[in-house]
Amino acid sequence: MKLEDLRKIREKAEKEMQLREGKGRIRIVIGMGTSGIAAGARETLKAFLDEIEKRALTDVIIAQTGEKGLASSEPVVIIEEVNKPKIVYGNVTSEVAKRIVAEHIVNGVIVSDHVIQIEE
Amino acid sequence: MNEISLHIIDIVQNSISAGAKNVKVRLSEDSMKDFVLLEVEDDGVGIDEETLHMVEDPFFTTKTGKHVGLGIPLLKHTSETTEGTFKIVSKMGKGTKIKGTFKRSHIDLPPLGNLENTILTLIFATEGINLKFIYEKNGKIFRIETGKIKSMLGNVKFSNPEVIKFLKEYIKEKLKNMEVKNEA
Repeated sequence: MKLEDLRKIREKAEKEMQLREGKGRIRIVIGMGTSGIAAGARETLKAFLDEIEKRALTDVIIAQTGEKGLASSEPVVIIEEVNKPKIVYGNVTSEVAKRIVAEHIVNGVIVSDHVIQIEE
Repeated sequence: MNEISLHIIDIVQNSISAGAKNVKVRLSEDSMKDFVLLEVEDDGVGIDEETLHMVEDPFFTTKTGKHVGLGIPLLKHTSETTEGTFKIVSKMGKGTKIKGTFKRSHIDLPPLGNLENTILTLIFATEGINLKFIYEKNGKIFRIETGKIKSMLGNVKFSNPEVIKFLKEYIKEKLKNMEVKNEA
């Protein structure tokens, strides 16, 4: 495998982007502070990557943030969507991450049992 | 932290918080010489001398604009308990360099952990930053640089499903190659 192969993916993705304005509809922001990392944020991020890949979601962007001051609820994940309040989820294990993708990101239904904050 | 890998993510996170644009991580393992080395170098805002002394105290944090927290003392602790060494050098406005060594065979050394997921996490957690990751193991080297990936992708995001798939397979393959023979 060569890193240069990424260019082929780029060409293909750019064509797709022209077809349907490939902007990020949703941003998944993962808390990667010390407490987040210790609580399993790496596995959470990996679960989101796996789901995006599996479901071929092209309008989702992954980002990170530092400590959110919500240490007891780590790993913490924020879902940001244009014109909608930010949803802060707590105790997001790999399993919960999969649910967030299936229920919230794909079907638009908030995973209410893991919401710890709603930011208008 | 129960994995060396997690220390890496944590220390890199400090660099990001310090506004670094370039971060270089070097992880080196040598079974003959019986050591593991972790070096993280950034061009962030740096830590002033007074803070530098306090950084090594686990109960110290700058709180506002938190550039250092528990991460550094935790790494230092791991170095010291495994007969290794720990050094931090920082210049205001220039950057910070952290170097920790560990005795590889020491019973208290946490496992390296899931390096594959760690590299993947670092790539996705360093948006907008050029991260250079170098992993050396018994003479073999694996290098990956996010700036290079970005230049190949142009406007295509790292979180594009096909890019994710590629990077996962790429890292897996390269790390697997690191494990082949050599030890004989």
